[in-house]
Amino acid sequence: MSLSSTATQILAQVPEGLTADEYKAAEAASSAGFAYGLAAIGPGIGIGYLVGQAVQAMARQPESAGQVQTTMFIGVAFTEALALIGFVVFILLKFA
Amino acid sequence: MIFGLEFPSMENLVEWPGVFNKIALIHMLSVLIPTVVFLLAARQKGLVPRGTRTVAETTVGFVEEQIILPTMGTEGLKYLPLLVSFFLYVFFGNITEVIPFFQMPAMARMGGPLVLALIAWAMFISVGVKHNGLGYFKSVLFPPGVPKWLYPLVTPIEVLSTFLIRPFSHAVRLFANMLAGHILLVTFGVLCIGLWAAQVTVVVIGLTFPGLVAFTAFEVGVSLIQAFVFTILAAVYIGGALHPNH
Repeated sequence: MSLSSTATQILAQVPEGLTADEYKAAEAASSAGFAYGLAAIGPGIGIGYLVGQAVQAMARQPESAGQVQTTMFIGVAFTEALALIGFVVFILLKFA
Repeated sequence: MIFGLEFPSMENLVEWPGVFNKIALIHMLSVLIPTVVFLLAARQKGLVPRGTRTVAETTVGFVEEQIILPTMGTEGLKYLPLLVSFFLYVFFGNITEVIPFFQMPAMARMGGPLVLALIAWAMFISVGVKHNGLGYFKSVLFPPGVPKWLYPLVTPIEVLSTFLIRPFSHAVRLFANMLAGHILLVTFGVLCIGLWAAQVTVVVIGLTFPGLVAFTAFEVGVSLIQAFVFTILAAVYIGGALHPNH
């Protein structure tokens, strides 16, 4: 069963007489979870791969550890930004 | 809006908004503390550093060796004052997250990181124009080595990513990290209080209190790393503007 039809089924169970605002809040709350969950997948894999490769590089050439570490932090910062934007979207959906 | 996500209005750059809260206090302290430490350090005479001067020299040495030399080389040393200011200001704005009675990172409000990111943005554009003239914009917008028929695709992407998204992501990276850390600590703290009221032993058995202690230690590291990352990205942007074709 597809995700959207499951969601429709769940939403069909809500009691009658729901106002538009309440419906919107429920939709926002459920999609906020999806927003952060989906946004965390890619950067999670990316940072894991990046740090793993950096550790490997440092193990192979310990004398270049400083350079590798600096470059690793820059890469982690760029990758992490995607997850953080997902987090901001989560907060905007949930509370704004 | 909640959680300080709103962008402060433009007038607040020159005009005091009329409220003095904890965030404003932390911002002022994170200007004052490094200034006082560095002034005290500068008063010392002699070759061997003692006390505050050791702290000041270690900080400057750290920024010089770990941030400037790997990203910009010796050319970047004249941007040392700016980057040391960035580092210390962001660090003191972050570390209040774990200091009792403050318990709030000043950088978890959009205003502070936004202003710092706009300063870095104005800085790297002006450095690029100063060192390369208007050819800076040409080399950024029409990167050499790209086939001509790709320019309609590449140029809009470069405009967006370099001049619009870059300051935004630079600010949001710091802001969202500190806000996420703060919410994490708040969650564990509230959980501790709730479980303490229910049954005292659960707080320790359920790893809630040990978790709070562990995450507090983790957030000390995050404060330091985020200050480092913010500064190193500013250095990378300025270094990229010095030599746009490399």
